[in-house]
Amino acid sequence: MARAVTTNRKVINTAFAWGIGLLIFFPILWTILTSFKTEATAIADPPVFLFFDWTLENYQVVQERSNYARFLWNSVIIAGGSTVLGIIIAIPAAWSMAFVPSRRTKDILLWMLSTKMLPAVGVLYPIYLIFIELGLLDTRIGLVIVLMLINLPIIVWMLYTYFREIPGEILEASRMDGASLRDEILYVLTPMAVPGIASTLLLNFILAWNEAFWTLNLTAAKAAPLTAFIASYSSPEGLFYAKLSAASTMAIAPILILGWFSQKQLVRGLTFGAVK
Amino acid sequence: MYLKTLLGASSALALIATATSAETITIATVNNGDMIRMQGLSDEFTKAYPDIELEWVTLEENVLRSRVTQDVAAKGGQFDVMTIGTYEVPIWGKNGWLVSLNDLPAEWDADDLLPAIRGGLTVDGELYAAPFYGESSMVMYRKDLMQAAGLEMPEAPTWDFIKEAAAAMTDEASEVYGICLRGKAGWGENMAFLTAMSNSFGAKWFDEDWTPQFDSEPWKETLTFYMDLMTNYGPPGASTNGFNENLSLFQQGKCGMWIDATVAASFVTNPNDSTVADQVGFALAPDNGMGKRGNWLWAWSLAIPAGSDAVDAAKTFVAWATSKEYTELVASTEGWANVPPGTRTSLYENPEYAKVPFAEMTLESINAADPTNPSVDPVPYTGVQFVAIPEFAGIASQVGQEFSAALAGQQSVDEALEKAQMITAEEMEAAGY
Amino acid sequence: MATQHSRSAARLMMGPAVVLLLGWMLVPLLMTLYFSFKSYLPLRGGDLGWIGFDNYVRFVTSSAFWPSVSATLIIVGGVLLITVVLGVLLAILLDQPMWGQGIVRILVIAPFFVMPTVSALVWKNMFMDPVNGLFAHLWKFFGAQPVEWLSDASLFSIVLIVSWQWLPFATLILLTAIQSLDSEQLEAAEMDGAPPPKRFVFIILPHLGRAITIVVLIQTIFLLSIFAEIFVTTGGAFGSRTLTYLIFQRVLESQNVGLGSAGGVYAIILANIVALFLMRIVGKNLDA
Repeated sequence: MARAVTTNRKVINTAFAWGIGLLIFFPILWTILTSFKTEATAIADPPVFLFFDWTLENYQVVQERSNYARFLWNSVIIAGGSTVLGIIIAIPAAWSMAFVPSRRTKDILLWMLSTKMLPAVGVLYPIYLIFIELGLLDTRIGLVIVLMLINLPIIVWMLYTYFREIPGEILEASRMDGASLRDEILYVLTPMAVPGIASTLLLNFILAWNEAFWTLNLTAAKAAPLTAFIASYSSPEGLFYAKLSAASTMAIAPILILGWFSQKQLVRGLTFGAVK
Repeated sequence: MYLKTLLGASSALALIATATSAETITIATVNNGDMIRMQGLSDEFTKAYPDIELEWVTLEENVLRSRVTQDVAAKGGQFDVMTIGTYEVPIWGKNGWLVSLNDLPAEWDADDLLPAIRGGLTVDGELYAAPFYGESSMVMYRKDLMQAAGLEMPEAPTWDFIKEAAAAMTDEASEVYGICLRGKAGWGENMAFLTAMSNSFGAKWFDEDWTPQFDSEPWKETLTFYMDLMTNYGPPGASTNGFNENLSLFQQGKCGMWIDATVAASFVTNPNDSTVADQVGFALAPDNGMGKRGNWLWAWSLAIPAGSDAVDAAKTFVAWATSKEYTELVASTEGWANVPPGTRTSLYENPEYAKVPFAEMTLESINAADPTNPSVDPVPYTGVQFVAIPEFAGIASQVGQEFSAALAGQQSVDEALEKAQMITAEEMEAAGY
Repeated sequence: MATQHSRSAARLMMGPAVVLLLGWMLVPLLMTLYFSFKSYLPLRGGDLGWIGFDNYVRFVTSSAFWPSVSATLIIVGGVLLITVVLGVLLAILLDQPMWGQGIVRILVIAPFFVMPTVSALVWKNMFMDPVNGLFAHLWKFFGAQPVEWLSDASLFSIVLIVSWQWLPFATLILLTAIQSLDSEQLEAAEMDGAPPPKRFVFIILPHLGRAITIVVLIQTIFLLSIFAEIFVTTGGAFGSRTLTYLIFQRVLESQNVGLGSAGGVYAIILANIVALFLMRIVGKNLDA
C-alpha cells in the first residue's frame, strides 16, 4: 500500500524544499548575476537583483588579463590525471581488501585514511625541497602525483565499499568456470563495479579540482590551474565585485556543469559504505 | 634513484629544447593596477625583443609574498623576475639571493633614480632591484566636504587638525565617515600605517639594545589616538579594511579623509573609477611637532633571483619595464596621470607631468621620508614603516592582529600593547637577539 | 574461499597503494622531524645547527598555541554540528514527496562544487562586507546596525562559510541512507499511531547512525586542515588562528622552518588523537 499523500502536504513540502534549496544556492546565483553587472551596479544601494543592463564587459576584462584557457586546461589535466592514476592504483588494492580480507584489512584501510590528516602546511618545506631535487616544481606531472597521493585513501575507501556490495558467489561461480584472476577482475568484477568506479571518479575529480594549497604552492606559470587564476583576482584595486564575480564564475562553471549533469551517478555513489 | 635519473634526463632535454628556441622568462608580480597595466603593455616588449617570451604569474599581494619568499629561500628557481619591495631587497641582497643590477645599460640611467628610493634598494654599493614605482603616504581629502565643514586643509597638517576635521566631516546618516585608515591585520597593512604614524609620535619598535618598546608611553599615545579617530569617525568594519577596501570606500565618496599610499592619488582622481574624482585635495602626512611626519617610503621593484637560468633576458625585461621609455609609453597610451610615479627625478622635471595635480605632493612626501633615521630617537634599524630585519614580517603580522582586534573592540589598547610586547620579545629571543 | 594463492596475490595487489602511501607519509614526516630539531632559518642563512627540543618547547609555550588549538576544535566541532543536524533535517525534507525534487537536489548540492577560495572570497566580499555586503543591506533594511562579521564574529563566520560548503555532502549521504530505510517499517509505525517525532527518534535516527559516523569521519579529515577559508577571510586575526594557520605563519611568514616543523609534529599528534578516537567509533560501526 502506498502512503496516502494529500496534495496539501505535497504543496507545503514543495514550497519549503524549494525555499531552502534556493537559499542554499543563492550565493552562487548572486555571484553569477553580479558577474553581468557593471562595477557601479554591483555595489548599488539598495542592491539590484535582476533588472539591470546586462553586460559581458567583466568577462572581457578577465579574459584580457589572464589566459583562461590555459588555466582551465591545466585544471582538467591535473584533476583528471590524478584521479585516473589513483583509480588504477586503487582498484587492485580495493579488490584484495574486499574479497580476500584479512584481520588487518580494516586497520590498513583506517591507516590509509589517517595519512590524509597530515597538515599540508607542516610538510610544505620538505615537499618543496624534494620537488626541487626532482625537477618537479611547476610541472603538471608533479601535481598529478601529489593530488593522487592525497586522494588515494578516499579512492581506496570508496572502491572498497562498492566491491563489498558485489556478492562473492558470482566470483566463485566464475572461478569454477575456470576464469583466471585477471579475467575475474576484467570481465566479471569491473563491469559490475562500473557505477561505483564512475562515482569515485567524479567525486575525486571534484576534490582535485578544488584543491587549493598544493596547486598554488607548487606551481608558477606553466602548470598553474584555476585555483591560481582566482588568486590574482582576490583583491584588486578599486571596485572589483563584478570582475571578481566573473572570475569566480569562470573558475567554478566547468565543475558545476559537470557536477549537475552527472549528479545521478555522483549521488548514487556517495555513500562511503554508509548504507548497508 | 631510477625515477630521479629519468626525471633529470627529461628536464635536461627540456632545457636543451628551450635553449634552441626563444628564451622564456617567468615574472611573478602583484595584482596592483600599475602592474596589470605593465602586463597589458608587454606586447610592445615582445615586439622589440621577439626572442624573449614572457610568462606572467599575477597574484594577490599576500599570496605573492609567501610564494616568492618560499621559492627564493628554498632556491626553487621558479621565477626569473620577482616583484618585491624595499623591505625584502636589502635582506635578500645581503644573503646573496639577488643578481646585482649595477651593469644595466648606461641609457637606463641609474643616476636618474630618486636618491631615497635608490638608497633603499642598494646594499654595499650594489643595486639589487630596479624600482617600478615608488610611494610615500599622504593625506587625501574631499575638498567639498572640507569646505562644507568650514575648514581649510593646511599643506602640512597636524594630527590634532586631522581629528578636528574628521569630527566635522563625519555624517553617519548619509554614510560619510570623516577618516578612513587601514585596520586590516598585516605587516604591510595596518602595521605599515601604524609604524609610520608612531614615528611622528616619537615611538619606536626597538631601543638601541633591541629591546621591544611597545610598553613605552609614545606607543600608547599612538594607539589611543588612532583608536579614538577610528571608533568615532571611521567607517564600520574598519578592522578588516586594508588599502584596497579603503580605496573602494573613498572612490564611492564615503570617506572625508584618507591617509595612505601616494599611488592611490591617480586612482581616486580617475573619473572612470571614482565618483569624487574632481573633489580630491592632497596634503603631507600629519605630524605632532616632534620633527617626524607619519609618512612611509616604499618601492615596488623588480629583482632577479640568483637562481634564474635566464639572467640576461630577465635584465633586458627589467631595464625595459623601469625605463624612461616605458614611462613615455604609458603616458602616450593612458595619459601622464597614470605613469608609474615616484622613481625618477626626470619625471618630476617633466613639464607635462607637473600638470598632474598630485605630482608635487608625491615628490615632497617621498623626500620627507628618511629610512636611515626613521624615529625621533636614534634606533638600531633602518626602514620607516618596517624594521629591516628578517624576523620583522613574522612579528609584525602577529602584532598587527592584536592591534586589529583592539580596533574591533575585542581588547583594550593596554591589552593589545601588552601582547605585542610579549610576542615581539618571544620572537626576538627565538631569533637569538 | 580464499586459497593460499589468492592470498599472496591479494597482498601483491595491495602493494602499490600501501607502498606509495607509506612513502608519502614517512618521507615528509622524517624530514619534518629532522627540521624540528634544528634551528633552521632560511632568511638567516639556513641551517644553524641542532638545538634539541628548543623548538618544541618554544612552540607550546608561545602565547598563540592554546588559543589556536581551541580555535581548531571550535571550527571542526561547529561545522560538524551544523552540517549533521541540518543535514539530517534536509535529508528528511528531500525524502518527502514533492514537485521538482531533482531540481531542488541540484540546488542543494551546488555549494559542494565551489572551490574553497572562491566561496571564501564571495562570502567575505559580497555578503559579509559591513558596507557593501548583502547582509549589511539586509540589516539596514530592517533598521539594524550592520554586523562586522569577520571581526566581531570571526569564528562564527568561518564556521558558517565552511558549513555551507560541506552541508551538501552531509545531506547527500544522509539522504541515501534514509532512502534505503525500509518503508514498510515506517508504515507499520505510522499505522500503530506513532507520532512523527517518535518515528524520527526510534526508527530514522538509529538507522542513520552509520551514515552520521561516516559523515563525521570524512569531514573531520578535511576540516582539520582547512586553510583557504581563513587565509582569505581573516588571515588568522580575531581569534580565528587555527593550528594549521599558526604553522603557516611560523613557516612562511616568519620563515622559521624549525619552529614550524615542531608545530607540524604537534599537529600530526593532534590529528592522530582525533583519528584514534574516530577510528574506534567507526571501526565498531563498520562491523555492524
